[in-house]
Amino acid sequence: MNAAAIERIGQRKRTDLFFRVLATGSAAIVFVSLLLILGTILWKSVPALSLSMLTQTPKGGFYLGKEGGILNAIVGSLELAFGATVLALFLSLPLVLYLNNYKGPRSKTAVWTRFFLDVLWGVPSIVYGAFGFVVMLALGLRASLLAGMLTVALLEFPIMCRAIDEVMRLVPLELKEASASLGATRFETALKVMVRQSAPGILTGILLAFGRGIGDAASVLFTAGFTDRIPTSLADPAATLPLAIFFQLGTPFPEVQQRAYASAAVLTLIILIISLAGRAMSRKATRHVIK
Amino acid sequence: MNGETPISIRNLSVYYGDLQVLRDVNLDIPARKITVIIGPSGCGKTTLLKSLNRLLDNAEGVRVRGQVVLDGENIYAPRTEVTRIRKKMGLLSQKPQVLPMSIYGNVAYGPSIHGLRSKKDLDQRVEHYLRVAGLWDEVKDRLREPASLLSVGQQQRLCLARGLAVEPEIILGDEPTSALDPQSSQNVERRLLELKQDYTVVVVTHILRQARRIADYLAFLYLGELVEHGPAADLFANPKDPRTRAYLTGEIS
Repeated sequence: MNAAAIERIGQRKRTDLFFRVLATGSAAIVFVSLLLILGTILWKSVPALSLSMLTQTPKGGFYLGKEGGILNAIVGSLELAFGATVLALFLSLPLVLYLNNYKGPRSKTAVWTRFFLDVLWGVPSIVYGAFGFVVMLALGLRASLLAGMLTVALLEFPIMCRAIDEVMRLVPLELKEASASLGATRFETALKVMVRQSAPGILTGILLAFGRGIGDAASVLFTAGFTDRIPTSLADPAATLPLAIFFQLGTPFPEVQQRAYASAAVLTLIILIISLAGRAMSRKATRHVIK
Repeated sequence: MNGETPISIRNLSVYYGDLQVLRDVNLDIPARKITVIIGPSGCGKTTLLKSLNRLLDNAEGVRVRGQVVLDGENIYAPRTEVTRIRKKMGLLSQKPQVLPMSIYGNVAYGPSIHGLRSKKDLDQRVEHYLRVAGLWDEVKDRLREPASLLSVGQQQRLCLARGLAVEPEIILGDEPTSALDPQSSQNVERRLLELKQDYTVVVVTHILRQARRIADYLAFLYLGELVEHGPAADLFANPKDPRTRAYLTGEIS
């Protein structure tokens, strides 16, 4: 081998090393920043964390109060995100099944629908909030759990659709044909075969949308309102954790700011628990999936 | 059933966009015999088979002209109920496609969508057709396990049981042994030979030796054209068309 060839190998090895360092570096940054965020939240929330944070509603003056807890926001956030996610699922699943079972991959309708969903995904949540607010006013509603749910459902809808759509597109044509050849209608094939085959992906889509929904502040700012009570009906305003964090952090009182970090810790914990539960369910749902 | 020919194909042409895949095919398929459609890859065999239960409907840009008469009824007539047509035929695909459910669930799927609800009847139906497909003894203790855990050969027999469970009159096989090992292939061939007592069987294959083993009636398809057809023994011994002769002797493939 001549010197030029050896030099070329050396050059290629250096390129290889460079990219390996780059990749490791990126992974490290992701990992470290996640730990830093979690660490900061937990560290700052320690003074405020107590059982009463989880079990009581605020006392001593609305969200500026230094007593009581954030049960109002915990319950509000959970109710709102669950409601919104269920609503979004009832919108998303039929649409995705329609795109993948009734429309071919090259259909114009399908292409345009996917494009619009991508645009909707990119719309900032404050815009959804403003839109929800306008609709609310037009209908003569006031800020309430229901209005918040509807707005967040709208926010979650494109995310859920596209996430489920990506896995549904992978359902092989032969599998749909197998079901059809047994005399199943398209609807039966959709419900009994395609949904089962993409069950793990559907769960992931639901989780993704739920995480976005429960963590969003801007869309619920005008639509769900804020209150220190636990909502007793869909027409009541509802507090949410992101807004609790926002309001508490904005106060000049260090004790209240600590409570904001405690709220953040609780929110993060909820998302963590939901994710883990989702993963466990997803593993179970993978059992029957045809590879 | 319409006497000796449950399926008559009349002037059938199929186009994929501008490409004509089948050219004016005419064929009567005899009842309770194995009809084998042979021909090289890409000659339209699978298209012909899929046109028999209107599976082509699912593909984009496909046009069908002509008729397929099933029990005296043109299945391409505008008001034909396609699920009822498909219920009359069980399909075995090239690669077995089990459904994402348990072994039991796969066989029970067809009957239950067609309205068989009682657990006892379903159990009976599942056991019966798993036995007919020669799979019962291998799976009777693991009916609730995912079907995807079975070997490919077992999966193909499960697909057979699943197809039979809707109690069709006709069994369609699209190169049903091409993904299987020799033993599993032999097993599936043996099932088909048993099943022709009660069912009309149509099998597509490009394996000539398989055609020799199982065919009662033979049709040779070449470049979308039905070149020649007749009783298998005659066609193998005395092909009339030079293209058939060339294919049978291995000059073209």
